[in-house]
Amino acid sequence: MDWGALHTILGGVNKHSTSIGKIWLTVLFIFRIMILVVAAERVWGDEQDDFVCNTLQPGCKNVCYDHFFPISHIRLWALQLIFVSTPALLVAMHVAYRRHEKKRQFRKGDQKCEYKDIEEIRKQRFRIEGSLWWTYTSSIFFRLVFEAVFMYAFYFMYNGFQMPRLMKCNAWPCPNTVDCFVSRPTEKTVFTIFMIAVSSICILLNVAELCYLLTKFFLRRSKKAGNPKHHPNHENKEETKQNEMNELISDSCQNTVIGFS
Amino acid sequence: MSWGFLRDLLSGVNKYSTGIGRIWVAVVFIFRLLIYIAAAENIWKYEHDEFECNIKQPGCENVCFDHFFPVSHIRLWALQLIMVSTPSFLVVFHVAYRENREKHHNQKLYKSPGEIDGGLLCTYLISLILKTGFEIVFLVLFYKLYNGFEVPRLVKCDIRPCPNTVDCYISKPTEKIIFLYFLVATSCLCIVLNLSELSYLIFKYSIKCYLKRYIKKCQ
Repeated sequence: MDWGALHTILGGVNKHSTSIGKIWLTVLFIFRIMILVVAAERVWGDEQDDFVCNTLQPGCKNVCYDHFFPISHIRLWALQLIFVSTPALLVAMHVAYRRHEKKRQFRKGDQKCEYKDIEEIRKQRFRIEGSLWWTYTSSIFFRLVFEAVFMYAFYFMYNGFQMPRLMKCNAWPCPNTVDCFVSRPTEKTVFTIFMIAVSSICILLNVAELCYLLTKFFLRRSKKAGNPKHHPNHENKEETKQNEMNELISDSCQNTVIGFS
Repeated sequence: MSWGFLRDLLSGVNKYSTGIGRIWVAVVFIFRLLIYIAAAENIWKYEHDEFECNIKQPGCENVCFDHFFPVSHIRLWALQLIMVSTPSFLVVFHVAYRENREKHHNQKLYKSPGEIDGGLLCTYLISLILKTGFEIVFLVLFYKLYNGFEVPRLVKCDIRPCPNTVDCYISKPTEKIIFLYFLVATSCLCIVLNLSELSYLIFKYSIKCYLKRYIKKCQ
């Protein structure tokens, strides 16, 4: 069980996402999860061992480390990535529920059911409309909330995004104010700024996706109100082509990710 | 053999679960297993090395660490994950038994081997009760072993060979407390999911039974 398993779970959601959603997923896996696993974990790997305080008093280092790093950057990022990925599961569950209902209809031999066999139901891609639109929009909203909360928590806990070289500590049992030195502060600052920048990009993508979905919703409503006749087949063909292209792009990106992980 | 093995087994369980059962599997995978592997394991990795006592007496640190951590949090967490996942396999075994029986007799004995009815319903209910039981047992164990869910910064130790009462400092106590609370919260969530699934199944099948009897009476 590792980040690859999360990738498998979320990969299924990719099929039912918008184009911006697919870009978001790619950014998440390549610029956040991969960077975390391949680089950031090594930078923070020796953090407590190499955290050195200018004192021989046993226990002082432990206490000072705990005081300045209540929860390590790397753990906070891991939690952030997990929380930010989970709203997509709401969409996956909704799609699974719809598929289940269609399968039930098919098995009962319902005349209204337009599928020829179970395989077609399994492979079908649902359009983001109706109740699925609400689920999808709520999942984007929750993603935004989690991103914002974690960025704020980061800023609040570490007084900004910079890792200082030297910290002064006078928690008991340190005998007086003691100098403590953090290991690799510059490298940690660089990675922190990188992760914050990518978080911000993800927030922007989510906001763009939300606006896109809302615009589509209002346009559809005004179309329905203004023009009851429309050509569903023509719309479907164009959208199917676009979706196939998007899937090709995202599949090739994901293959690269799998190759690395 | 690693957590991937458990993950593969649990994915098989998903097929024969109710909707709430699938949510339970998702919660276990993502909020417990993934958090354990991606974050929690590393926090407790060097807990013995980083446990420091204010004394040079050889053996004192070892003895004090052993006294305050008879079973490490992280091992208890791993045991809990394993024990809580295993009752689900009872259902998988029962379905496999049903399919085997059908093959052996070469005829259709059940409407669908994976459908939760009759004997499989009992197995499913037993697995839910066992899961909930294990969750509660482990939470109580955590509570009793560690005096509530706390990890102090400083513990005082006076066990031989420590010459007198010695201050010992635990590493990363705040981070450990945060993740312990996370563990407790997800355990409680899983208990709630199991209990809702139990009530849902009991309610659904009592209504079914009652309706059947009512229809028979009318006829």
